[in-house]
Formats: sequence, structure tokens, C-alpha cells
Amino acid sequence: MSAMTEPAAAVATSPRQPLLSVRGVKAYYGNIIALKGVDVDVHPGEIVTLIGANGAGKSTLMMTVFGNPRAREGQVIYDGQDITRTETHLIARMGLAQSPEGRRIFPRMTVYENLQMGASVDNFAHFDQDLERICTIFPRLKERLQQRGGTLSGGEQQMLAIGRALMSRPQLLMLDEPSLGLAPLIVKMIFDTIRDLNKSEGLTVFLVEQNAFHALKLAHRGYVMVNGVITMSGSGKELLANPQVRAAYLEGGRH
Amino acid sequence: MAKANNRASEQTAIVEQGLTPALKEAAFAALVTFGLCIPIVAWGTRQDLNNRLILDQRWDAVAWAVLIVFVGRLLVSLNKQRRAAGGGPLVSMPNALLPAMAKLLPVLAPLAIGFLFVFPIVAIFGSGWQGSIKWIDNFGVQILIYVMLGWGLNIVVGLAGLLDLGYVAFYAVGAYSYALFATKVIPATYPALGVWAFWICLPIAGLLAAFWGVLLGFPVLRLRGDYLAIVTLAFGEIIRLVLINWVDFSGGYAGISTIPRPSFFGIPFNASDSGFAAVFGLEFSPLYRTIFLYYVILMLALLTAFVTIRLRRMPVGRAWEALREDEIACRSLGINTTSTKLTAFAIGAGFGGVAGAFFAARQGFISPESFTFMESAVVLAIVVLGGMGSLWGVAIAAVAMIGGPELMREMDLLKPIFGADFDPTKYRMLIFGLAMVVIMIWKPRGLISTREPTAFLKESKSVSGSLVKEGHG
Ligand SMILES: Nc1ncnc2c1ncn2[C@@H]1O[C@H](COP(=O)(O)OP(=O)(O)O)[C@@H](O)[C@H]1O
Ligand SMILES: [Mg+2]
Repeated sequence: MSAMTEPAAAVATSPRQPLLSVRGVKAYYGNIIALKGVDVDVHPGEIVTLIGANGAGKSTLMMTVFGNPRAREGQVIYDGQDITRTETHLIARMGLAQSPEGRRIFPRMTVYENLQMGASVDNFAHFDQDLERICTIFPRLKERLQQRGGTLSGGEQQMLAIGRALMSRPQLLMLDEPSLGLAPLIVKMIFDTIRDLNKSEGLTVFLVEQNAFHALKLAHRGYVMVNGVITMSGSGKELLANPQVRAAYLEGGRH
Repeated sequence: MAKANNRASEQTAIVEQGLTPALKEAAFAALVTFGLCIPIVAWGTRQDLNNRLILDQRWDAVAWAVLIVFVGRLLVSLNKQRRAAGGGPLVSMPNALLPAMAKLLPVLAPLAIGFLFVFPIVAIFGSGWQGSIKWIDNFGVQILIYVMLGWGLNIVVGLAGLLDLGYVAFYAVGAYSYALFATKVIPATYPALGVWAFWICLPIAGLLAAFWGVLLGFPVLRLRGDYLAIVTLAFGEIIRLVLINWVDFSGGYAGISTIPRPSFFGIPFNASDSGFAAVFGLEFSPLYRTIFLYYVILMLALLTAFVTIRLRRMPVGRAWEALREDEIACRSLGINTTSTKLTAFAIGAGFGGVAGAFFAARQGFISPESFTFMESAVVLAIVVLGGMGSLWGVAIAAVAMIGGPELMREMDLLKPIFGADFDPTKYRMLIFGLAMVVIMIWKPRGLISTREPTAFLKESKSVSGSLVKEGHG
């Protein structure tokens, strides 16, 4: 366990109150425990990544923050408010947005309609403006606004999932394996986009990844999860240099 | 569309070529048919004059069935082989017809609606003053009731993706609310309102049905797919059983009769001096009422379509469709899936209730027998065959499924083929089933399966071209 040493570069707030704080969360699927007491903090302006092998519980943690499955023990605190028992759709209205595992875009609806769905949180108050913004960030979506979501390529679907999440003007964007199944060039483009959003707008990002190398290079801080427990945490650089992490997640290590 | 084509080519990629495999397939299908026919078709029972049961052998019917299946399967197999062999863009006529129709829709739509408005006149010119009642009532009104029911259920099943097998319950709620209000409540409270009963009760029936839609919605909020289907089916049956058994309330099996018929905005359709014919200086004829009913149900059905089209473009309608596609994604985008589902149930049920009130007013008599599971099944079949969500598809399916059997009854040319006592209505369910099998093979996702986008970009407004350069990637 290496301590959290290097403070995140972009953190501005002086009393370091985390934007998202997961405290001792346990989550179950039926009787099977998936999270065995997890602590994670995400500070405003940070990019935090969570890496771990398949089935470690990364997606479960992300979904538990959104209340599905609900944490049976522990607390999820967002922006000073306890959201452990809050309904999913209300959490989404508090400034949390996600691009879920498998992207989950609406396949029969057009790109434009998918983006509309993302904007329903704030009742389309800034729809035109936000649409322009998404089209600037992802020009490939702009050309395909009238195309059905299901007919997009994997990379475009991922862009759409992120774009849809951004339509709600979130403070915290949670991404579950955005690089999954994508060509290296697209992965780079998406990671560059995340970095730009973080730099230029101070968007806080929580990134779940199996692609540990890219994720740790991008993130200010990282957590490693094994079997529903956080086993290591530290700055991106530290974790990249850590021999255990290298052996398990980087040097062709399959876990 | 592209997806469907891919799938078709995957399926056909492994088809064996040649006549022998096709014959084998056909022979196998024929054998299965023969086996099935032995218990079902080969023996018929009837009672003779002494009320004794007589067993008839019907091997000729079995032979016909086996022959039809053999030839049909052979043709299907050969057609499959030809497609697998890549025998050119061989598109069967109807398959090519539908996309063409879709393109013509902007032209066809006003034509079709225009035709609906002049239909009674066409019927009168076509089959005379007396003969036209049959056409306007049995075809026009009957089909339009099912079009309206189909469009109502389409909101629940087609748009929101909630499989509802108990839709007939709301139809019944609407019918009984009108019947009870018009025969009991209004005469007991404000008898003077009697002539207006239909117009007063129409919205009440819709609201009551919507209320029951919400009541059904609450317990099934967490259910989807098969489980939802079973619970809604049970709900439909419960309503029917209550209507049968709560005799004081609903009249039980005997139903409710002498339900007031609709008035022409206060002027009744009867032969009296204050009746419609007398007021307008016409000779009395029952045709006027039939024509009036036709236009009422036409307007109600068009209202359903109009509301559906408007709602689809509003956040709630979009949420329905998103819910159909992915409920979890909806929730994490801040959609309240509870209220989204409940509004779908309520609005769908509301239209069913209005249709029910109209049904009661048109029949003048209702009983629980009109609200069996069969009705739910027929309406659901119309929605599914039409293509889950497409208003045009649903309308076409309703015309085919309801108008088809009616039309067959009218066709005298079938008599010489099948004998004078041939009654096609006896085979209604058989034809129904056959039509469903054929459509599900030919168009597995319904007649019109492409979804119309709800939002169209206004080029000038949305995104200016100069922004593209700033993007990365
Ligand atoms: N819906 C579910 N029902 C039951 N078990 C589940 C469900 N989703 C995930 N799990 C189990 O929970 C564990 C963690 O899964 P997940 O969070 O998806 O892991 P990761 O995202 O790290 O690959 C796995 O053992 C998985 O089998
Ligand atoms: Mg996962």
C-alpha cells in the first residue's frame, strides 16, 4: 500500500473536501458479495482511475454510486450529501453522469435523439448550446446526427455515450471501460478528449479501466481493485512504477 | 433494415442446394402435418336426430392439409435455396412494395385519410341507401374501433415496450363506465342531460380507464417481459370475472342493455319530431346514425394518432421509447422510469376506455362476453404485426386482420369452391393464425419495422460548419 502522496495537479479547493466519497461500501448481488468494504475519494478537478481484473467489482462500484445495486453497508457521499439511499434518477440530476459499461446507447434512436435523452435532466435548458459543444468535441457525431445509434461503429458509440453523459453538464463524469474493444487510435482520441475536458473545464472524471497503462498515464490518482477490495492506491505515476502493478496489469500480465 | 438483411443472409448461407433436400424437407413437414391432423382433423363429431354422437371420418380433409403443407414447404425451400445461391436480387413483390410505399407515404397519407372521410359516400354510391349500412358499420366502424385500440395499445407495447396482455380490461372499463353512467347515474341525477350522455361520458370513461391503467401500473412497475405479460393477462381476467360475478353492479352475464345511443350534439337519432331526420327535414333512416357513428370513431381514432405523434416528440414520448430500448440507461440519465411507465399505462388505457365507451354506445348492449382474452390477443396481434410503434403499420394490420375475415364473408365466389354451406367466419381463427405465421416469416419485425425519428435537424439552427475544425480526432 503506497500512500497518497502527490496532490492532484488541478485541485483548486483548499479544504480538500472530496466531490465523491465512497466510505466502507459493501454491495451484494443476491447473497453474493461483490464489494467488500470499499473506500474511494474523488476530489474536484481530478481524474481518478480504478483498475482491476475482470470481475473485480469495478463496474459494480460505479453502479453502486448510482444506487443500483444499492450499498448494503457504508455510505456514498456526493458533494456533501449522502446519496446512499437516493433514487438513481435523482442522483443523475445532482450533477453525476455516467457512460456505463457496454455504452448502453439507445440503438433504434438517432444520435440526435440519444443526445436529447442526455439533456432531459435539466429540461433542455441549454440543449442547442450543449449540442454544439458535443459536436465540437466529437465532430464524427456531428456528421451522424440523423443516424441510428445501433448502426454506429464501436468508437462512435463510445463517443455518443460520453456525449450523452456530457449533455447533462455534469460535475463528475464516470466512465466504465471506454476503451473496450476499440482501435488504439480511437482509444487515444477518447483519452485525449477526457484530458482536454479535465484541463479546460475542470471536469472531474472517474475512469474505470482494464487498459491500465493508458488509464494510469492519464489519471492524477489511481486505485487498484481485486475481488471487491481496494488493494492499492496512489498517484498515476506511482502505480505505473509499482512492480506489483506492472506484473499484474501492465507487462502482458493477465489476471 | 441492414441488420435484417445480414441476418437473412447468415441464415441462408448454409442452405443445401438441389431438389432432393427440398423434397426431403417438404416430405418431413407433410409427415408432421399428417401426425398433427390425425387427432385434430381426421375425425369429426356431430349429433344425429336422436342426440347421439356420430363419428365422421374426414380423410379427404387430412389429405388436403398434407398436400398444401407439402407444396408450400417445397416452394419455401426452393425459394430459400435460390436466395442462398445468390440468385440475383430476387425480391418478392410485397417485399419490394413496402419500402416503395414508405417513400410514397407523404403522398399516400393524405390520400388515405381523405378516403376515410369520403368512405360513407363511396359506400352509399356503391351499394345503395340500404346496402351501405353493412359496409359502413361492419367494415368502417368495426375496423376503426380496432385501429383506435391498436393505436392505444401501441403506446404501451409499441412505444414504451411494456408487454400488456390485458388491454381488454380498459376497453371493458370504458364500456361499462359509459353504460352505467348513461343507464343509471344520469337518469337518477340529471335526467335532462340524457341526450348528452354520450358526450359527457366519453371523457369520464377515458379518465376512469386511465385511472385503472395507473392502478395496474403500480404493482407491475418492477416487472418486464414475460412476467409483466402474465400479470396483465391476469388483470384482464380479473376485471372480466368481476363483471360476471358482481351481478348487482354490472348485471353479470346478462350484461347491460338499452344503453342510450349517441345523439347528434343533443339531437337524438330517432323517428320522432325532434329527431335528427325531422330537424334537418330528411326522411328517417337508420343510416344517418351509422354515418354519424362512423365519423365519431374516425375522429376519435385520428385524435389517438395525433396525440401519439405529438407525445412522441415531447420528452415523455421520447422517454417511453428510450425505456423500451434500455431501462437502466434511462434511469442513469435522470429519467424517472416510474412516472414514465405510469403515464404510458394511463394514456394507453385512456384511449382504450374511450374506445370502450364508443363500443357500448354503438352496440346499445354490452356483456362480459365482449371482453374476453381473445380481444386483447387480437389487438396485441395487430400491434405486433403492424410493427411495434408504427401508426401506419398498426392501421394496415387492423384493416387486414379485421376487414379480411369480414370481406371473406361477403365473397360469394368462395361458395362454389367450398360448397354452399361454407362459412368463412368458422375459419376465422385459422386464417388469423395463418396470417400471423406468414407475416412473422416474411417480416419478422412487423409490417413497418423502421422507426421514424422524432426530431429533424434544422440545418441553419443546429451546428455551424466552422466548428468542425476545432475538434480533434
Ligand atoms: N447483475 C449481476 N448479478 C449477479 N452478479 C453480478 C452481476 N453483475 C456482476 N456480478 C458479479 O459481481 C462481480 C463483479 O462484477 P463487475 O463489477 O462487473 O466486475 P468488473 O467490472 O470489475 O469486471 C463479478 O463476480 C460478477 O460475476
Ligand atoms: Mg466491468
